[in-house]
Amino acid sequence: MKIPLSWLKEFVALPTKISHDDIAAAFVKVGFEVEEISLQGSDLTGPLKVGKVLSIEELTEHKKPIRYVGLDTGEGKTRFVICGARNFKVNDLVVVAIPGSVLPGNFAISARETYGKTSNGMICSAKELGISDDSAGIIVLPSGKIGENAIELLEIKDVIFDIAVNPDRGYAMSVRGLACELAGALKLKFIDPASLIKGKKYDSIKNGRAVTVKIEDKDGADSIYIRTLDQVDVKRPTPIWMQRRIEKCGMRSISLAVDITNYVMLELGQPLHAFDADVLHGGLRVASAAKFKRLVTLDKVDRKLSADELLICDDSGPQALAGTMGGLNSEVTNKTKKIALEAAHFNPQRVARNSRIHGLSSEASRRIERGTDPALTALASARASELLIDLAGAKFVGSNSAGVATKNKVIKVSPENITELIGYTYTMKQIKDAFIAIGCQVAGTSTKLTITIPTWRPDLNTVADLCEEVARLNDYALIPSRLPIGKKGAKLTRMQQRKRAVANMLASQGLTEVINYPFTNQEMVDLLGFSGDRAKSFRIANPMSEEFPLLRTHLIPGLLTTLQRNLSRGAKDVAIFELGTVFRNTAILADAVMPDLKKKPTAKVIDQIYTGVPKQMLFVGGVLVGEQIKSGWQGKGLPWSWQDGVAKAVEIVESTGNKYEIVNAELAPWHPGRCAEIKVNGKPVAHAGELHPRVCNALNLPPRTVVFAVILSELPMPEHSYLPKIWNFPAVVQDVALVIDGNVAAISIKNALIEGGGKLLESVELFDRYDQIGDGKVSLAFTLTFRSPEQTLTSEEVAKYRDQAVAVASKKYGAVLRG
Amino acid sequence: MALNAEQIKSDQESAIAAISKAANLEELKQVKIDFIGDRSPLAKANQLLGSLNPNERAEFGKLIGAAKTVVNQKYLDKNIELEKERDSQVLQTEKVDVTLPTKRTLSGGLHPLTLLTNEICDLFIGLGYQVEEGPELESEWLNFDALNIPADHPARTMQDTFFVEPLNAKLVLRTHTSPVQIRTMLNQEPPIYVICPGKVYRADELDATHTPVFHQVEGLVIDQGITMADLKGTLDHFARSIFGSEVKTRLRPSYFPFTEPSAEVDFFFNGRWIEWGGCGMVNEKVLIACGIDSKKYSGFAFGMGLERTLMVKYGITDMHDIVEGDIRFSQSFGLGKQ
Repeated sequence: MKIPLSWLKEFVALPTKISHDDIAAAFVKVGFEVEEISLQGSDLTGPLKVGKVLSIEELTEHKKPIRYVGLDTGEGKTRFVICGARNFKVNDLVVVAIPGSVLPGNFAISARETYGKTSNGMICSAKELGISDDSAGIIVLPSGKIGENAIELLEIKDVIFDIAVNPDRGYAMSVRGLACELAGALKLKFIDPASLIKGKKYDSIKNGRAVTVKIEDKDGADSIYIRTLDQVDVKRPTPIWMQRRIEKCGMRSISLAVDITNYVMLELGQPLHAFDADVLHGGLRVASAAKFKRLVTLDKVDRKLSADELLICDDSGPQALAGTMGGLNSEVTNKTKKIALEAAHFNPQRVARNSRIHGLSSEASRRIERGTDPALTALASARASELLIDLAGAKFVGSNSAGVATKNKVIKVSPENITELIGYTYTMKQIKDAFIAIGCQVAGTSTKLTITIPTWRPDLNTVADLCEEVARLNDYALIPSRLPIGKKGAKLTRMQQRKRAVANMLASQGLTEVINYPFTNQEMVDLLGFSGDRAKSFRIANPMSEEFPLLRTHLIPGLLTTLQRNLSRGAKDVAIFELGTVFRNTAILADAVMPDLKKKPTAKVIDQIYTGVPKQMLFVGGVLVGEQIKSGWQGKGLPWSWQDGVAKAVEIVESTGNKYEIVNAELAPWHPGRCAEIKVNGKPVAHAGELHPRVCNALNLPPRTVVFAVILSELPMPEHSYLPKIWNFPAVVQDVALVIDGNVAAISIKNALIEGGGKLLESVELFDRYDQIGDGKVSLAFTLTFRSPEQTLTSEEVAKYRDQAVAVASKKYGAVLRG
Repeated sequence: MALNAEQIKSDQESAIAAISKAANLEELKQVKIDFIGDRSPLAKANQLLGSLNPNERAEFGKLIGAAKTVVNQKYLDKNIELEKERDSQVLQTEKVDVTLPTKRTLSGGLHPLTLLTNEICDLFIGLGYQVEEGPELESEWLNFDALNIPADHPARTMQDTFFVEPLNAKLVLRTHTSPVQIRTMLNQEPPIYVICPGKVYRADELDATHTPVFHQVEGLVIDQGITMADLKGTLDHFARSIFGSEVKTRLRPSYFPFTEPSAEVDFFFNGRWIEWGGCGMVNEKVLIACGIDSKKYSGFAFGMGLERTLMVKYGITDMHDIVEGDIRFSQSFGLGKQ
């Protein structure tokens, strides 16, 4: 909320020498962020004078109509100026910048020749004076003396604080609330503007012509006042002082009746609404929409109503969206004579709902949502009535009200309560002063205080709430600093260690980590050819843009997009990886359970909440393009190839201590002939290989882009596998070259050799592959290493085991020893 | 031929002169043949010893032996010297330019958010905290209701939340990591000391300082006798560890539905106060909803954005650099500078 220092001063006894920085610091100290301090008029120097329009000469020979205006500025002779605005007439009072004055933006005014005339100054708009954004025309003053200093008349020089009010402090969206806070922060005297209002005077006036009121929806409001006034002269201008205060608070002056309701709202925090009483049928009621379906609001929007919305109705139907916006039908117009002034204490949640349903956040709804003072319904409506009588010549008709009397809450708190929560022991004086500063009454003994809460603090309900007030008003800086130490033996879980180890491993192998947005779209899902679970995405109901409305089911979309970005910026060799969550919409989700907060939900309910959240798997994936060993002066480098993708996936799986098997697979978006599937316990946990050429083409990626992905969260946590016994007898090595059909996987032959090689076979390594034999055959050469724990093996023995190994490979896959 | 001392002396000197003169190992080899070998003058003189009477034999034997020893030693020294010379010449011809570019593999790197997360987790593990994580697609109840943010509360509209279909399941992309705190409190008995890092979502457009997907770290402590002083001390320690031991912090009163009292924590860095995060004492309502005896236990919670922390710590001025995945950005952080 924006608030001018000049208004605050009325209710806080500020010392004259205090700086605006000190005031801002005081607000910050008690929890009100000052977003901006604007020194209005600081960049404005006069003379600015009130001038009366004596003559208007229309100059029509120019591109736009221009006026040559004669002004009386109290200088004894007519001052002529050129003016482009048209919203004034002879005898109007206007603001004239005399040559020599400087307007905001370092705009120096001087006498100058223009449009064939001499312009001896300028008639100013509000925007030119830096006092509002209104540049529609020049300022026409409702009052003023010719030649008077307009800077003083318009109260331009002021300090305006823009203060962020937290959502629990509705009272502070007013001069009253902020003045109270400022007084509390600076330990100064506060004068409550509400205490100056004589509401009782109006309460007692009853009259059959006064609009009646009922609360039908008891949940919707607990107090409402309707005060009826007649003979309102709505055409009178709003006095300058009121208009200026409204503008300084960031609102616009509209018309006298509306300005009065807004002024009172700014002063006290209570939103008010003025109905044209002559168009109402019967009394007003606080009611839910029920059968009413539509309401056209002041902004001329025809709104569809839902049954539980809170309304103000008369016998003919809805007249206002309660606490949010009035209806167009009963709007105060320039023909209005009789006004019904509404001030209500609505249920904040109901108004918040109204506001949310219609996307309509008004000055009124913002205050009511945050909680208003129920005692103000009577006082604010009385205050506005007073102003209508004083400024608009209104006659008071009568008052009607409904609801319950407001009660003050009482909370008991002990100094120990405060020490236990805050960690600092305040003196009794510090405690009492804090409570008094925020408007509480303090009674009780020094061990148990009885605190009576002011009606404007609906946010104070618990002992903790009161502790915060004591700590806040005494400055959080008083709280000491103490470092608690938690539990012994804290450490990362195995999954957390796994994530770190995998990331470190990939990064130290030359891959760069990226963190992509997990959003994608159907086109990408289709392009990549995802099917089954990998095509089941969640849709965001309110995405940032329709371009990316889906949650990713895989890391590949984001990795490819980031790859494209790097390539487009000139990178040639790109090796990136990401660790991230994927979201698959694979389960049918039940209606959510939403227990209340009165106690811990039962184990069953907690389980329902947990199982209502879809399982989200953690992936690690990467893409590799360009060279892994750079070409250079040494010669040609080494490009990334499908094998590196498979190797990365295998290394990740191995690093978790899992045993795996690897098979050829056909799975989009990989190349159907160049995709490895890695399985642990028979379950696929990783895929790696070349990206499908169709995808490379479509996304303009280099041919043979390599992609790998491992489901980290699906890899089991194996028990530690201990070192095998280290055998010291020498190893005996045998090489075999086997000719097989090219379609047989190398891993199959290797497994066959292991199967047939006996228990002394220590390792099998493929060291050569030759595919130029013809007939679709290939030759695979393996080194078989044998070792015995008990003796040095003889070559006869080893030859026997080798033959047994080859026999299995021959039997299973037709492998023939190459001659 | 007779032996005389003068001749022996002269032979020795000739041999030494020849050794000294040898310019390389080839020449030295020839010198060895000429002056040390079987046909050298000293060898020949030695051969004559047998024809002398015992007295003379002893006398000349001594003389010749001494001369041979001196010449031999001279030869050995020269040989070592010349071998050294030869070796160093050979190594000189093998000289390479070690300033040629040699690194041919790519430089990898971790994303600085990962590095910062690790740094923070390690710090808090050292203080006895466990690291807890939770799902990013989260139940509305855990993300809002359980944190005392009811459906129509203004705080719920303060954060622009991504809601996810089907709507009956009431799922959101979590707006903070606080649901992890709720899960922890529902699952564990106090004392609880946890730190919760993770990805969170709010519907802000990407610009220089905002991103719809960002990272937070939150801390939660529930124990007996925990006060706001413990919160302050923990934040002081945290800030100093991340930004340097001179860093000052301050708490400003604020409002969060899940804490009471609540505060914003700022730190003073490079001459100005910087907003860092929110914190406070866990609201009794939240403790009750999680089944924690609020008469016996109290607790604090805090949370801050990691992107913001990173930007301040490293002077990063544009959020785009953090989110776009340009490899040059993360590569500059490597595996973390020690």
